[in-house]
Amino acid sequence: MSAPVLHLDGVTRIHGEGETEVHALRGVSFRAHAGELVAVMGPSGSGKSTLLTLAGGLDQPTRGTVRIEGEDVGALGNAGRARMRRTSVGYVFQAFNLIPALTAAENVALPRELDGEKSRAARRLAMTALEEVGILDLADRYPDAMSGGQQQRVAIARAIVGERRLILADEPTGALDTDTGEEILRLLRARCDAGAAGVLVTHEARHAAWADRVVFLRDGVVVDESGADPVDDLLEPEAAR
Amino acid sequence: MSIRQAMLALLEDGPMYGYQLRVEFEQRTGSTWPLNVGQVYTTLSRLERDGLVEQVVGEGADHASDDAGHVVYRVTEAGRGEVSEWFTTPVPRTQPPRDELAIKLALAVTVRGVDVGTLIQRQRSATMAALQDYTRLKRSGRAATPDQPEDLAWSLVLDALVFDAEAEIRWLDHCEARLRRAAVDGVRRDARSTPDTSASTAPDRSVR
Repeated sequence: MSAPVLHLDGVTRIHGEGETEVHALRGVSFRAHAGELVAVMGPSGSGKSTLLTLAGGLDQPTRGTVRIEGEDVGALGNAGRARMRRTSVGYVFQAFNLIPALTAAENVALPRELDGEKSRAARRLAMTALEEVGILDLADRYPDAMSGGQQQRVAIARAIVGERRLILADEPTGALDTDTGEEILRLLRARCDAGAAGVLVTHEARHAAWADRVVFLRDGVVVDESGADPVDDLLEPEAAR
Repeated sequence: MSIRQAMLALLEDGPMYGYQLRVEFEQRTGSTWPLNVGQVYTTLSRLERDGLVEQVVGEGADHASDDAGHVVYRVTEAGRGEVSEWFTTPVPRTQPPRDELAIKLALAVTVRGVDVGTLIQRQRSATMAALQDYTRLKRSGRAATPDQPEDLAWSLVLDALVFDAEAEIRWLDHCEARLRRAAVDGVRRDARSTPDTSASTAPDRSVR
């Protein structure tokens, strides 16, 4: 098995200092391999959102390393990290975060265009991504003319456009009804089955159950895990570093 | 679980023999509650004794069996009455089924020296693993694309298992949060009443 797409090694994140110092994560090691969906569960304040922001290179650990596809995110520098976020990592948020003045296709094409892709090529990639999430027919619609479920599909299309290999989802079903939420999970699952690595932060056990592994966080520490590690992991304990 | 009523209800669909009844039952409930064929025959003979089913005697045959020699049963008028009563009466909740986990937790928080936190976490992991299994069954296999009524029935049974496991995990989260709060309150209380003792004296013991 190849190296994990996402690899957190002994990651500690401390906010503030002295009296007001908060340990959001304490020595957490975490991996997500290609083809794997990993759910992270824990009460608020357990560190699950911190884990996701570190995984996406939006924040830096106080100690430890975060690697994406073998590359040390901390060593990349700001420009390198921004580039990595546009090309390797897809984010899905609870609040969709679509740009209201852009159509579905334009929203999805944006990260590609920002990365220097010609707008026609970017649109073509966007259409492929929209087709994959089943809403090609809504390509020219604006977000406010779409239901919550449709908007979240657009957000997922934006997260996967251009074959990004790591999908980070922060409570992506939070604002959706049960059936729509399930559809969103089906899409994430399909994307991981197709070879991406996925990390899903959720407080809903029913949604976490779509994952191959469920990691439980408490007070910034991984306390338990359900579901098996890929078997190959046992054969290469150090090789994945 | 009421095998008796389930058998009667299946026979409403048409006459069947014992093995068929078992297959039909498992088709619709996905072998969640496995039924051995012996149970089916015992139930059928009781139902026959009570006049709720009868053996189907074929044309010109002197005993009740089909060409392959299976004894075929059909529901009687009285049996139909019982089925319709079953479907129109809610399942009683007056006597909640014994919940081993609730009992275990109630004892764990009161008996000395039990690590309730670990108990909760272990259970949560185990229940989550079961929930992952149900979800896998839901997204593949015949429950994923239910075009037959039996497949839809099975997928609804799966949903029941999913909701049940989910409720259990939610309840465990709730227990954990409440116990933590109680432990914190306990430490505060101790600190107020006995300012000289260190707060490290087993806060979990002062929960109650």
